[in-house]
Amino acid sequence: MTDKSDVLVGDQILISEDVCRIENLVYEKPETLTDTVMHYCPGCGHGVAHRIIMEVVDEMDLQEDTIGVAPVGCSVFAYHYMNIDMQEAAHGRATAVATGIKRVLPDKFVFTYQGDGDLAAIGTAETIHSINRGENILIVFINNAVYGMTSGQMAPTTLEGMTSTTSPYGRDIKTMGHPLKIADMISILPGAHYVTRQAVNTPANVRKAKKAIQKSFEYQKLGKGTCFVEIVSNCPSNWKSTPVESNKFVVEKLIPFYPLGDIKVPKE
Amino acid sequence: MGDVKLMKGNEALAEAAIRSGCDAYFGYPITPQSEVLEYLARELPNRKNAAMKILQAESEVAAINMIYGAAGAGKRAMTTSSSPGISLMQEGLSYIASAELPCLLANINRGGPGLGTIQPAQGDYFQSTKGGGHGDYHLIVLAPSSVQEMADHVRLGFDLADKYRNPVMILSDGAVGQMMEKVEFPEQITNLQVDKPWATVGKPKSRERNIITSLHIDPHEMEAINLRLQEKYKVLKKNEVRYQTFMTDDAEYLIVAYGLAARISQKVVELLREQNVKAGLIRPITLFPFPSEIIKQVGSRVKGILDVEMNAGQMIEDVRLSIEGKTRVEFYGRMGGVIPTPEEIFEHFEKIFLKGESK
Repeated sequence: MTDKSDVLVGDQILISEDVCRIENLVYEKPETLTDTVMHYCPGCGHGVAHRIIMEVVDEMDLQEDTIGVAPVGCSVFAYHYMNIDMQEAAHGRATAVATGIKRVLPDKFVFTYQGDGDLAAIGTAETIHSINRGENILIVFINNAVYGMTSGQMAPTTLEGMTSTTSPYGRDIKTMGHPLKIADMISILPGAHYVTRQAVNTPANVRKAKKAIQKSFEYQKLGKGTCFVEIVSNCPSNWKSTPVESNKFVVEKLIPFYPLGDIKVPKE
Repeated sequence: MGDVKLMKGNEALAEAAIRSGCDAYFGYPITPQSEVLEYLARELPNRKNAAMKILQAESEVAAINMIYGAAGAGKRAMTTSSSPGISLMQEGLSYIASAELPCLLANINRGGPGLGTIQPAQGDYFQSTKGGGHGDYHLIVLAPSSVQEMADHVRLGFDLADKYRNPVMILSDGAVGQMMEKVEFPEQITNLQVDKPWATVGKPKSRERNIITSLHIDPHEMEAINLRLQEKYKVLKKNEVRYQTFMTDDAEYLIVAYGLAARISQKVVELLREQNVKAGLIRPITLFPFPSEIIKQVGSRVKGILDVEMNAGQMIEDVRLSIEGKTRVEFYGRMGGVIPTPEEIFEHFEKIFLKGESK
């Protein structure tokens, strides 16, 4: 028996109506997120990733000084949700666009938001060379091991044996090549100041990912070079799984291959 | 009064960029235009009043997207390349045209197709004037025929780009890029003020966020953008047509040619006049918008038009459309980097129009 003032979600009592009072409010939508309802599939990590970037921009009071570069792919409409000036880039070209912006506006904060197809396939050259030049920007890399928007084709990051619409019998290393660990690869470049791999599958990981983004903005303020935050994420729709199952896949399959944690930490 | 110097077309272009308040140049070396980046790399450290940022990109693809970023941030941005490199930039150009970002690029055209040759040609006319990348769009295309114009078209190009929020291309060739001539430069622009309220410079509290994009999923919205672009091209056709005429007042025959081919053709007109043949020349300076009216006006009262190009005959389509069948239009062209001589063109003219021989 539950008290009728309790709020039920499924068969669980989550919160009591008693606590829904303004003085108990601890978490608000940052001003830097718009009121637009996000189009992402239920359970997808993009919404969380958007939110933590904008929380950092909000908390560091950088709305007036931040210019984002939106990607091609599911998050192509990032500029509908992020309440900052943004430029939409052609597929793979985000870091080149960011280079152009940052070079003419060196005092502004510039970040790109890119998926695995964008950054690790068609945009590999732009990615590597921007980082090698040490462009003083933040690159946020969402790795969900699949092409989301075009409905589930193989990505450079697709795991061995993992099925996709273009690897229907599983990724065969012999013919399709190996999953690309882009963060490890770029960490050897002198221009990469801070390289880290995070996830947004649990509250604890969300907090760590946010911390990484915060650090990156701080490094950018100091003009340290490129910061690269990979976020291992999920794709319930194209993985043909529920949000809960997709997060299980992240834990059991993706994270073991793409281990979380800092890959390159600046020497203090 | 500005400075007078003796220099290469490519160097004049670079110098004019500095003096025209260009904020950013991103480029990639390719013959015959590498002197542009080389000149800027050498000169800029000594020019305290020029704030231009330059960068050698990793590819033409990256360079044009850096231009997109810098132009979107409200700055005067420029790149240069040559034919194969311009092909690589087409993706970015389509996006830039769609997002209506003002910027300047120069194509120092060489012989093609493919990797081709490094010798001068005009084989990129279609690509430059008809779009080049995907979708319905146009660049404003300027065709200099001298080192002086290489310089003049930089400032004109930036001004037109800013005025119409449209990418501008200087379509030149390896000869005009490499030849040395006297050139007079205007004074350095030091405090350029162009209002660009749409630029992404960081969102103040006082305005909505600025978004630069070419994505419009809703087909009606996309069509509206297309219609707006087409309206802009109509205004360009009305206001920005540029051309030069040479001895057309009493002309009985007309040569139409642009760039280097026009310079050679002027000599042909002189040779014909020596033979008492009343020939004249129209040189389109803007290839888009194309000077159709003047070609129609002069061309309608002549016995024949010779279109001279360093390609297989590309602009001739626009000449024929302009003339609306009112007179015969013939062609002389050389390809692959071969430069036609005045004598060869003269001979061809004589054969076609004066001796009545068939081609």
